[in-house]
Amino acid sequence: MLKILKYSFYDLMRSRWSYVYFAFYLLLGVVLLFLNNDLSKAVITLMNVIIVLVPLIGTIFGVMYYYNSQEFTELLLAQPIKRSSIFLGQYLGVALSLSMSLILGLGIPFVFYGLFESSAIWDFSLLLITGTFLTLIFTALAFNIALSNENKIKGFGYAILLWLFLAVIYDGLFLMTLILFEDYPLDKVSLIGTMLNPIDLSRTLILLKLDISALLGYTGAVFKQFFGTSFGLIVSFVMLTIWIVMPVLRIIFKSKKKDF
Amino acid sequence: MKNIKITLLILVALLANRNGFAYQIEVCKTCPISTLSDGIAQAKDFDTITIKKGTYKEHNVIVNKPLTIIGENYPIIDGELKGEIITIISDNVTIDGLFIINVGTSYTEDYAAVRIKNSKNFKIQNLVLEKLFFGIYIEKSRDGKVFHNKIIGEAVEEYNSGNGIQLWYSKNIQIEHNFVQHVRDGIYLEFSNFCTIKNNVSALNVRYGLHFMFSNDDLYEDNTFENNGAGVAVMFSKRIKMFNNTFKENWGTASYGLLLKEINDAEIEGNTFEDNTIGINVEGSNRINYKHNTFKENGWAIKVKGACYTNIFTENNFLYNSFDIAYNSKVNDNAFDKNYWSSYTGYDLDKNGIGDIPYRPVKLFSYIVNRTPETIILLRSMFIDIIDFSEKVSPVFTPDDLLDNNPQIKKRKW
Repeated sequence: MLKILKYSFYDLMRSRWSYVYFAFYLLLGVVLLFLNNDLSKAVITLMNVIIVLVPLIGTIFGVMYYYNSQEFTELLLAQPIKRSSIFLGQYLGVALSLSMSLILGLGIPFVFYGLFESSAIWDFSLLLITGTFLTLIFTALAFNIALSNENKIKGFGYAILLWLFLAVIYDGLFLMTLILFEDYPLDKVSLIGTMLNPIDLSRTLILLKLDISALLGYTGAVFKQFFGTSFGLIVSFVMLTIWIVMPVLRIIFKSKKKDF
Repeated sequence: MKNIKITLLILVALLANRNGFAYQIEVCKTCPISTLSDGIAQAKDFDTITIKKGTYKEHNVIVNKPLTIIGENYPIIDGELKGEIITIISDNVTIDGLFIINVGTSYTEDYAAVRIKNSKNFKIQNLVLEKLFFGIYIEKSRDGKVFHNKIIGEAVEEYNSGNGIQLWYSKNIQIEHNFVQHVRDGIYLEFSNFCTIKNNVSALNVRYGLHFMFSNDDLYEDNTFENNGAGVAVMFSKRIKMFNNTFKENWGTASYGLLLKEINDAEIEGNTFEDNTIGINVEGSNRINYKHNTFKENGWAIKVKGACYTNIFTENNFLYNSFDIAYNSKVNDNAFDKNYWSSYTGYDLDKNGIGDIPYRPVKLFSYIVNRTPETIILLRSMFIDIIDFSEKVSPVFTPDDLLDNNPQIKKRKW
């Protein structure tokens, strides 16, 4: 598996897209800092970008890589290698190279700007951690979609739909549900609803840092316990890990059964 | 010899009629006078009582003549939880440098460490009060000074704790450089007019840092209110001036930096509101000028709840608040002008420092959160940004005349 990981990783490192992705984040970081002159405000803007863009790029890139390397995959399948290690290796190769572009692309301008002397360092590292989690989750989801769909167009369609659903539509439905059932106690429902969507989950993680004063304005013991203590942080990270493990397990399961 | 006799006679005469002469009385554990009450009983008007270092177990000490009571090296007056400790019922009393502890707690009477009753020209300074019920209780008194006191209580619940400094039907009192912690209300004014509250620090109190009730024409400035149940509550009062105070970290469901309820004609200038759940909560308050304030990283910078007319918000800084303004009605009679809003996204083509398109400080989402508080969990979601944007283009739920027509491009500095 490690060998395949290495191959896909180096393959991606040489590819144009990784550089484009890296350059994009580098530019974003530089421009934000140049325009804002304020680290904490730049972190807030970055949060909005990361939560929307990282999943999008993760899904598209994952699907694209799978379809592009299909011939190579078939060649590998002819060799005496475990199937799970082929696909996991490829998956980790994509996810890690994307995460690296993200971390380096954003990290470099912030470090030069004096991140280590600033109080925003924890917020910023939380941001990068969430970004990495999101990359891992959405690349895994993308591999799932690609494995289940031979048709490239269909695969891309589903991938974009998945992103659109989790990034926008889910929140719309969530909001509607909350407003419809506003007469009932909703604090547990709203927390569970957040847990079920990785984008919402990472958003809440960052909210815990940035908007804690507003979140504590709501009267509710469950909310208070969740947001007021480190309980929320721990549960969020556990859920994010589950969100990685589940799709990865499905990749293993699916790849074992699939006909090529 | 004759001369000496005359001098002695004069001295005796002076002793007998000591008007205008202040005598020194010493109280210490080994002196002839070993308690404060004895000292007061022995003293004549305008004497000075010096209390040496030591522990004096006394309560219900009544100061009924104009005296100056000075503690040397902070002697401890221990009330042994039996009730009130010092009660002043005379004019022109000064108390300085005592360490007063163990005030009795009662559910029927407001026992205080120092109570000033129907008195004028008093001066209470350099006291340290600990384990108290009420700290300094000033009733029906005027022209007094309360300086440099340190009050540290142990309040946990509202119903069985007292206030640090309480004013009741008093007038023209100056409260400066005090430090109040862990009591119910740090400083409480009821029916007290023309008072000045300056340079105090009121922190970690169960209820409010500073609390006004039915008090008019008061001024408070340069105070710090930190980590209280709520920073300052101003209720049913007129013409209060609030200048250059800092309101910080008042977190919780009913926590405000500043709570205004039924307040008219107030001035709120140069204050800083930082990290509060709600910066200012305004209810039924009219004709208030908000100027040169900074609202930074609050949950809600300002929450307006009905029946607020002709309030003017000019030249304030709104920096990175989760919500800038929240309204619960569609009617607006308040003006916003020349503020800096960190979430303003307009442009300034003519480069005059004023944004070319007006700013709408009330978001649709804040309206939704008002209705269904649980939706707060969707804060900063992309879907919320989309509906906020559509509301901005054509307001339906939020007051459509609530605009800042001259939003600043650069943060305001004074």
